[in-house]
Parts: sequence; C-alpha cells; structure tokens
Amino acid sequence: MAVYPGSIEEKRKRSFSTTGLTFWLSILMLIALAVIVIAPILWAFSSSFRNPSDAFKLPPEWLPLDPHFNNYARVFDFIPFGTYLLNSVFVCTAIILGQLVTATLAGYAFARLPFPGRNVLFWFILSTLMIPIQATIIPVFVLMTKLQLIDSFASLILPAIVTAFGTFLLRQYFMRIPNEFEEAAVIDGANAFQVFYKIYLPLALPGMAILIMLSFNFYWNDFYRPLIFLSSNDKYTLPLGIVSLFGSLGTNSLSVVLAGVMLALLPVFVIYLVGQRYLIEGIAMGGLKG
Amino acid sequence: MQTELKPSSQSSIRKIGWLGSLTESSLAGMEKRKALMGFLFVLPTMLGLLVFIIGPVVVSFILSLFQWDILSDPSFIGTKNYTRMVGDEVVLTSFRNTAVFVLMAVSLQLTLSLLLALAIQQKRMRTWARYVFRSVFFLPLLTSGATISIVLAYMFQKEFGPINYYLGLLGIPRISWLNSSQMSLITVMITYVWHQLGFTLIVFIGGLSNISKELLDAADVDGASGFPRLWFIIIPLISPTLLFAGVVGVINALQVFSEPYVMTKGGPGDSSRSVVMTIYQSAFQNLEVGYGSAIAVILFLVIMLVTAVQFYLSKRWVFYQ
Repeated sequence: MAVYPGSIEEKRKRSFSTTGLTFWLSILMLIALAVIVIAPILWAFSSSFRNPSDAFKLPPEWLPLDPHFNNYARVFDFIPFGTYLLNSVFVCTAIILGQLVTATLAGYAFARLPFPGRNVLFWFILSTLMIPIQATIIPVFVLMTKLQLIDSFASLILPAIVTAFGTFLLRQYFMRIPNEFEEAAVIDGANAFQVFYKIYLPLALPGMAILIMLSFNFYWNDFYRPLIFLSSNDKYTLPLGIVSLFGSLGTNSLSVVLAGVMLALLPVFVIYLVGQRYLIEGIAMGGLKG
Repeated sequence: MQTELKPSSQSSIRKIGWLGSLTESSLAGMEKRKALMGFLFVLPTMLGLLVFIIGPVVVSFILSLFQWDILSDPSFIGTKNYTRMVGDEVVLTSFRNTAVFVLMAVSLQLTLSLLLALAIQQKRMRTWARYVFRSVFFLPLLTSGATISIVLAYMFQKEFGPINYYLGLLGIPRISWLNSSQMSLITVMITYVWHQLGFTLIVFIGGLSNISKELLDAADVDGASGFPRLWFIIIPLISPTLLFAGVVGVINALQVFSEPYVMTKGGPGDSSRSVVMTIYQSAFQNLEVGYGSAIAVILFLVIMLVTAVQFYLSKRWVFYQ
C-alpha cells in the first residue's frame, strides 16, 4: 500500500529533542497515565474470569490466575447474547455497505465529475457535519414512528447510510489520484463509468478502509440511537443488551456482566488489530463523530 | 469516428495534445455525460442528508412550538415550551451541570492529551515505545461509552471498588464517588475523559508531526528549550490543531449522555443530569416531543454559539503557517 505524503506513516519519524531530565520526567508521566488508562480494561478482563462470589474480594486481582470460564457461558444464559451479536453484526454491515456506496459515489463526483453547482453542494454537505445528532433525532424518531419503522433495524440503518464525513474523506482520496490515470483509460476506450469503477475505485481502497474502520467503531459501540429506536428485547444491539444485563443483575453477578463487556469488546479489538493504521489516520482527520 | 481539427476549448483535450483532438466529439459528449453522472452520483447522499439532517433540523424548530405526544393531534402553543424551560428546575440544573462538566472535561482532556502527545513525540523516544504508548491510550476508544461506564461504575463502587481500595492504602478514606451529589458529576467527568483521551491524543500527535522540521531545528540551534520553546514555538505552531481539538471536544462534551445515564442515572437527585439526558427523558420517555425539541433547539444554539465564539477568539491566538 502506498504511503501518501502527509500520512501518519510518513510523519512518524518527525519529532523534537528534549533534555535528559524532561525526558525521564515525561517517561514517568507516560507510564503512570498508561497504568491508569489500562487499569479498568485489565481489571474488567481479569474479573470476568473470577469466581462470581469472589468478584468483589479485595485486593483486586489483576491477572486471571484461576480462570472461571463459565462466567462467559452464563452470559448466554442471562441474555440472548447470540441474538444481540447477530443484530449488531447485521446493523453495522448494512450501514457500512450503504455508506460505502453513497460516499464513494458522491466523493467521486465531488472530486472528478464537474457539474453545475458542484462547489455549492459540497459546502452544503460539509456544513451538515456541524449539526449535532440532538438537533435531528426527535424528528427522525417521529418520522420512523409514522413510517411504522420504530423498533426495527431499518430505523437504525436508514438514517445512517449517508455520511457527510465519508463523502469528504473519499473526495480527498479521489483527488489525490493523478489525472493521467483517467486520460490513459479514456484513450484505451473506457467510458466514464468504467473509469470510475475500474480505475479510480480500486485506487481509493485506503480511503474506504478508513471509512469502514471509523463507521464500524462508531456504530458497533452506538448506544444512544438503539436506546431510542429499539424497544423489544430480541432486537437489541450489543451495548443495549449489556447495559440491560447490568441493569438486571447489578452487583450480584459482576463477573458475568464483565464477561459480557469483554465479549462485546472482542470484535472491535480484533478488527483494530487488523486495521489500526486506518482507524488512527481517520481519527487524526477528525472522523470520530461521537 | 469523425475527426475535426479546429482548436478546442475543452481543457482535458488540450492536456492530451494532438492525440486528444482525434477523439474530440466523444470527449465533448463525455463532459456532458460526466456532468449527468455527477448529479446522479451525489443524489443519494443529497437526498439522505435532506431527509435525515436538514429536514429534521428545520422540523426540530417547528416542533418546539407545539405540544405533541405523537399519538394525538399537535397543538400550537407558541413559545410556551421555552418559557416553561426557564421555570423548570430540572432543565436549568441539567444545563448548569453540563456547563460545569464541559469546562472540567475539556480542559482536563486537552491538557492531559497535549502533555502525553508532547512526551510521546520526543526525539529520544524509541519507535516501539511510541507505538506501545499510543496503543495503550487509544484502547478506551475501542469500547462503547455505555459498556465501559459499567466497568467504571464497579470500580468507583464505595465499599468494594478497587479505586477506594488503593486510595485506602494511601490513607484516604472511602469516597462516595457515585452516591454523593458533590462527587457524582466529577466521577462521570473522569470516566468521560478516560474514554475520550485517546481521541485528542491522536489529533495532537498528528499536529505535532506536521510541525516543519526546519523550524524545530532552528529553535534547537538558537538554544530555545524547555518551557519557552513549548510556549513560544511549539504551541503557536500547533495552534490550528488545538483549536480543532477544542471545538470538537466541546461539541462532544456538550452532548454527554451514556456515562451519566449508565453510571448514576443523573443522580443522586439531579446532580449529574446532563442536557441530553433531559432531552431523552422529555422526548422519548414522557413523549413530550415539543418540549424535548425546545430543549434540543437550545442545546443546538448553545453548540453553535460556543463554536462561533471559539473561532472568533481564535483570531487572537491561532496562527496559520
């Protein structure tokens, strides 16, 4: 994969020098804060393997030396975890596929297909990035109620398949690709759609990867919209399911709740390991819409 | 294919030179086809944004002038929803809480992540160490604010939580993190910053890597180091990034929801209730769609105003190279 000028990979080596004392003090701060930041995740991980009756026994255990795997099995007894998992996978996949289609089309048009009013429309789309979800969610809820789509996956998917940020992101990627590719293809007899589909789309794959990573991370973890749009238990997505597990079990079965939390984190973690550079590059561009 | 030799105004033809003129008629047609294709390609996104963003924003303003429970007919009540807010102690409290929350959360988040970014980007830092630190601080971003709030709610638990246990070892008496009205908002704020820290950190690392090497080397040669170099050279150079992180940080923090909803339910009393919790309760639990919209409209205006003020003030301290 090409390393674009200005990407994180290209810049990582740039840095600035510090004196010895500052350096060691900052190392100390980094380690202290790293311990604080990692502690809740480590604690949740090791506690998810503790015997439920010992879960709150102090001092806390930081490594699961005597792992109780049946906490994980019991998650499936208390809540239909498999159903929630499938619901989350379905909703996320549908949203991401929809976004890939709409954002590559629009991004390509804004980068490479001159048409009257293009700049105005582009600024219009960018300006919608400023609008917080709070300013739209109530009318969208009303709309979904009137369409009788409330408590369906469609109410989560439909409003999410267009993305102003994704359009902007892919426009940037299409603009980076030199004109010569198009000119060569046209001379070879390619029509306008073939130029898009066969030449430019494959070259914009890194941009699409960034969009996939950002959207997956956001919609997998989304809690607010599912809380509002879904009401029946069997339609819940994972965060909603885990919070309801927490609500019903409370502190009685801490280990089981934490096992559920860990299970929900696992897919994001695996995908992060595969494509972290895309996620980080996307976030550096400001794409984590909370 | 018809060939014409007259000079063409099509820029794309000029670029290809004499070869292009051979296919001029097809290229001229292609410009038109491209314009049509452009329209078609942006159509889905435009329609979606109109139906799900622009339209709803307008409707929010309209709904805020009505009393409506979705089921029966809406009745127009003018600005009564707004006058009601002024006397609604719960709404006022939620706005006060959110203001305090934003001030604490954003200043802590920006300060910590800037310090961390500066530390990570030092020259003497090995590449692998940079990678490890960056990954650690990034990790919370992978979690859902809602589910990780569960974990932190357990950890902040007064009697059995590990946080009070370790504070106890330091001789600090048990703190009622979640069940006292003095602490609840702070606890929610700590959780929020813990979750969001990686976001601003990544943004700052990006900003720091953009600083031109020549400027930093020049500063080294001139002997500028330590705090003066940070304050007079590095901070001005990354000031556009600071502005960006500040704007996005404030917008996000103004909409805090999952953390107080899961950890404290806004309590005890209303001590950690946020504006979005109040919107959620009014619109979706009490089905007072008009009243909820009025609160949402005010929050929207607050977000716009705060962002505008930040950009206005930025003229004094942000420098674009």
